[in-house]
Amino acid sequence: MVPIAYYLVLSAILFSIGVAAFLIKRNIITVFMSIELMLNAVNLTFVAFTRHWSQVTGHLQVSGQIFVFFVMVVAAAEAAVGLAIIIAVFRARNTLNVDQIDLMKL
Amino acid sequence: MHLALFIIFGGLCVAGALNLLLQRHPINSALSLIVVMSSLAVLYLLLGAEFLAAAQVIVYSGAIMVLFTFVIMLLNAGTEERTHGSKMAYVAGVPGAAILVSLLTFVFLSHRGDFASVRVGDYLATTGDLSRVLFRDLLLPFEVTSILIIIAILGAVALARKEH
Repeated sequence: MVPIAYYLVLSAILFSIGVAAFLIKRNIITVFMSIELMLNAVNLTFVAFTRHWSQVTGHLQVSGQIFVFFVMVVAAAEAAVGLAIIIAVFRARNTLNVDQIDLMKL
Repeated sequence: MHLALFIIFGGLCVAGALNLLLQRHPINSALSLIVVMSSLAVLYLLLGAEFLAAAQVIVYSGAIMVLFTFVIMLLNAGTEERTHGSKMAYVAGVPGAAILVSLLTFVFLSHRGDFASVRVGDYLATTGDLSRVLFRDLLLPFEVTSILIIIAILGAVALARKEH
């Protein structure tokens, strides 16, 4: 028997590591990977709360899992478009360092 | 048994995520992210989401991470260098993330009694249960996602194409 709270704490830890990696990492691909890590942490929360909701209502609930399914679909589309943008940026600027891609910075 | 599995695979998750943070070469980060995603699939299985566990392995640690490693190899990404911006990010990012995790942990653990406990085998959501909802109640959103995927593919091709 594992309390749902442990799963939520695990997902909070993963999300915070994702936030830290997003801020610290300077490679644009690694920054993008930390976004994927945050999405995964949120998915774990959804699955854990689905399970909690099933236990509270007494019968099987799947709406949270369907939410995770849609998050996965959108994440796949987002990864394809994002990596294409990274390739285009690399062609234009010849660098992957986010500190050097600052054309829109004031 | 369940607690042991949770500790093993939760520990693998955290270790992989920390390795992603600490490695300097993007390919090492990508491989540790695969570890995180595969361990998350086991945790989904423990929570009774068998379809999502399979989808996690196929979509995330399969398709998306293959895409990432392909792009890393295609662009020949090297080790990242330390810059002034990264020092600023260390000063702001690490304490911020630590505050976030301690706050969330405090909230979750102080309400531990309100949450249910998980036993393996209860409330197993099979693929049939999921598809019954997905193809009856949510048929329109499901079909709209296929349009989204097509637009994403077209956009990816248009963006990554060599300009003449």
